[in-house]
Amino acid sequence: MQQIINFVLRNKTFLVFLLLFGLSLFFTIQSHSYHKSKFINSSNVVTGRVYQTANSIGKYFNLGKENKALLEENRMLKSIVHNMDVDTLKDILKDSLKLNQHFKFRTADVYKNSYSQSTNYLTINKGAKDSIKIDHGVITSKGIVGIIENTSQNFASVLSILNTRSRINAQLKKTNHIGSLVWNTESAEFAQLIDLSKFAPVAIGDTIITGGQSTIFPKGILIGTINSYKLDTGGDTYIVNVKLFNDMTNIGHVYVIENLQAEEIKSLQKTKDD
Amino acid sequence: MTKATLNIAARFIILVLVQVLIFNHIDFLGYINPYIYILFILLYPANNDRTLFVFLAFLLGLSVDVFSDSGGVHAAACVTAAYIRPVFLKFSFGTVYDYQSIKFDQMDFGSKLTYFSAMVVVHHLIMFSLEIFNISKILLILEKTLFSGIFTIILCLIISILFSKKRK
Repeated sequence: MQQIINFVLRNKTFLVFLLLFGLSLFFTIQSHSYHKSKFINSSNVVTGRVYQTANSIGKYFNLGKENKALLEENRMLKSIVHNMDVDTLKDILKDSLKLNQHFKFRTADVYKNSYSQSTNYLTINKGAKDSIKIDHGVITSKGIVGIIENTSQNFASVLSILNTRSRINAQLKKTNHIGSLVWNTESAEFAQLIDLSKFAPVAIGDTIITGGQSTIFPKGILIGTINSYKLDTGGDTYIVNVKLFNDMTNIGHVYVIENLQAEEIKSLQKTKDD
Repeated sequence: MTKATLNIAARFIILVLVQVLIFNHIDFLGYINPYIYILFILLYPANNDRTLFVFLAFLLGLSVDVFSDSGGVHAAACVTAAYIRPVFLKFSFGTVYDYQSIKFDQMDFGSKLTYFSAMVVVHHLIMFSLEIFNISKILLILEKTLFSGIFTIILCLIISILFSKKRK
């Protein structure tokens, strides 16, 4: 017994090192598996407050660009509204409260954004208090950003599409051929669409949008355009390099999308699986 | 709370904040970031309790991890760097040198450069290996280690010279 105690005392630095190194390995491995990075994430109170303070100073630098983006979005929405059929417009105006809503949109500010690692996350300033939950989608007016991964009372962290763990259902705009949007860590401007059937009519410049198959994003959110493509080694599917519409390095305001029917769809799919 | 303890605590907090608020967003050429918070490990007094030092290094890494959502990669790199620091101290300053009494303000530039480079390379190599976590991308790991490492070493040298107490 004496010897064991002596051994521990003599090697205590090494043992502490082993323990702490093991602990950090545990955190690292956990952060590589989906929905398990519960302890170490930037949606907690301390980091949230720090980023909030920094953001309250930094946001003024981007005001010009933000204004321009909002103006552009307003122009687009106005052109849709004013080109609509007058009758349908009246119906919508009359019944705007009774509309059968599928998706709820909320706005949020981005406090922290990263794009140079292989697993990138954003932190936004809305959390559980604003009814933001895990698996809500996050977009900007230009395109897709990511999926909510963790929430705290006032903040939430977003799994960016620039993350090797991100996998999003996407499709060609002109046909319904679907694939998965992933990221190969090479450039913040490009993401990759994989598992796209070789029968799909792929052409450079075509638009990629989100598919309606996930319960996270509505169908038709813009993602990007096809920059280049090749058949994968098996020869059955295309690997498409997608140039993102969003400048992922410069994101100020985002919309968080809640699918009000997600529960219903999921429970239906579950009963089918059983 | 002695003055030295306060000094170390202040250095800890300032380095973490400067790292996460400024240096994590430099993204030179798209992906090169300096990790200057390692200065805390480099300049920690050499004659202190080693167990405490390894633990502080863990806390330092974990704080940076929490801010940058990276799991435990910085923590792992920091504890390793802190644990093997005596080896590099001996290597850079010679076994004859009693490293218990090293004053970081007064060491000559050559040994400082060797010491900083060795520590930074070890730290960065572990950090990027764990971050990318894919042995088939070994080239990417080495590339990132090299470029970020050079950036970190230069900045660390500049900062340590700027803030050294030696006045000419």
